Amino acid sequence: MKLLVVAKRVPDPEAKIRVKPDGNSIVTEQLKFVINPFDEIAVEEALRIKEKLGGEVVVLSVGPAEAAEQVRTALAMGADRGVLIKADGVCADPGIIARALAEVAKQEGFDVLLMGKQAVDTDYGQTCGMLAQILGVPYAAFACKVEVEGESKRLAVVREVDGGLETKLIGMPCIVTADLRLNEPRYASLPGIMKAKKKEIRQVSLEELGVGVTPKLRVESLEEPPKRQGGRKVGSVEELVRALHDEAKVI
Amino acid sequence: MAGILVVAENYEGRLRSATFHAVQAALDYAKVKGESDVFALVLGTDASKLARELALYPLAEVFCLEQPEIAHYTAEAYSEAISKFLESRPFDALIGASSTFVKDLFPRLAERLGGGMVNEVLEILAPDRFKRPMFAGSVIATVRLEGDPKLITIRPTAFDTAPKAQEGAKVTPVGPFAISLPFTAEFVQFEEVKSERPKLTEAKRVVSGGRGLKSAEGFHSTIEPLADTLGAAIGASRAAVDSGFCPNDYQVGQTGKVVAPDLYVAVGISGAIQHLAGMKDSKVIVAVNKDEEAPIFEIADYGLVADLFKAVPEMIGELKKVKSA
Repeated sequence: MKLLVVAKRVPDPEAKIRVKPDGNSIVTEQLKFVINPFDEIAVEEALRIKEKLGGEVVVLSVGPAEAAEQVRTALAMGADRGVLIKADGVCADPGIIARALAEVAKQEGFDVLLMGKQAVDTDYGQTCGMLAQILGVPYAAFACKVEVEGESKRLAVVREVDGGLETKLIGMPCIVTADLRLNEPRYASLPGIMKAKKKEIRQVSLEELGVGVTPKLRVESLEEPPKRQGGRKVGSVEELVRALHDEAKVI
Repeated sequence: MAGILVVAENYEGRLRSATFHAVQAALDYAKVKGESDVFALVLGTDASKLARELALYPLAEVFCLEQPEIAHYTAEAYSEAISKFLESRPFDALIGASSTFVKDLFPRLAERLGGGMVNEVLEILAPDRFKRPMFAGSVIATVRLEGDPKLITIRPTAFDTAPKAQEGAKVTPVGPFAISLPFTAEFVQFEEVKSERPKLTEAKRVVSGGRGLKSAEGFHSTIEPLADTLGAAIGASRAAVDSGFCPNDYQVGQTGKVVAPDLYVAVGISGAIQHLAGMKDSKVIVAVNKDEEAPIFEIADYGLVADLFKAVPEMIGELKKVKSA
């Protein structure tokens, strides 16, 4: 099995994000960066498929040079090698990212490509569907369970959709996006971290891939949302229920 | 001739209420664009029945497409079907409500059509400029979208439900179209989470539980009776889902569902940014948490610092008293 998995560099989702006074970007000083949590679940799933069926796991990341840290983390978890697609200063246009990933996916070839259902920085959630269409392959988004039917080269994927669970059957090569409950990602072990230092990370640029850098979706400005005004603390359950009835009139 | 097309959501043979919010967003978009007509498209089993229902809203024309290849939804077959329809009848913009259906379909369709896409729109500033959340709602971005057509998904809670129209719109069956896929992409089954309770995204009242419930047992035995007493839907924080207390379908937040009920009761939820992003537009927010420093109290209208395992049963008792009074 040839498995590709995407690991995007994003700010720590627990961190408080602030907009710079010029409204053009966020404050990145002191900000910790991690693998997009949904991508981390995708990495774990790729490793589990490899452990069961054998093969190779290649980590892809589109981002600045520093994204090599996130590729390295995925290698420490157990992935075999990495490809860093350098896109420094280019905004995170999902169309550009999808094209860049498509080029590398074509070079590498794959049976299954995994990624998170969305990145927690831009919250676009567009890359997977675009990538699948560019590559002309099927996909299953929001996966909570993946069963590989090795012989028939198919995947049965249970998807977390509104109102319940949907099962979709897709033929390889194909793309799967990970939702929260797919698995619990492992921590990198110390030997894993040591081994990762020797693993290869190939670097390519968008230019080398022949991917244009004119975005369709462009961020013009950023602002912090208006803060919701809090109310008051109540002293007892009785007071709470009375306030909801008499004051707020919601019960 | 172009125009604006709402892609309706056919959920098990009925229209999702989010679709009517998308109709309103499309009417707003038409206004900003200086156009008057908004159209809609319904696909799948019973599409013609649903089209007649949708025709009661202020739309110029409602198209419906039923054929065996799209009896069940897959992004692949739907993308092909919609693309084929648009070949004969192009539109400038396609609008849908952010649900797992549209989130799944639109990116593939946007690429298939060679257009551009923007998601989770909160406000339409111009035909190519929108406000949308980023970083789990910590930031509101103004974005510009190029590309033709434009595919736009809207956050249902940011737009009202469209009012019904005086006159019914015309219903036009279209297709069938030739749909053939060079790969396997098949719907197998849908297992609905059956519940007597209102749907999370449509409920007037929501009771949500967090990590403070400590276990799946704690979640069910505490949250369910309170939700039943209030006639509320059940929600959860990501932490509660992560800890396996409840299904992911319950998750309220930037990576789950966005809700804006009249009453939102957060039980044992600390109030992580990503959770607040999914519920802070609720009219009245109640928080019950034993940690008085919990960030949820900063935005709650009524905060109660208490042990939830004692406070919630007491609350049920008080609510029953109010009900019977």
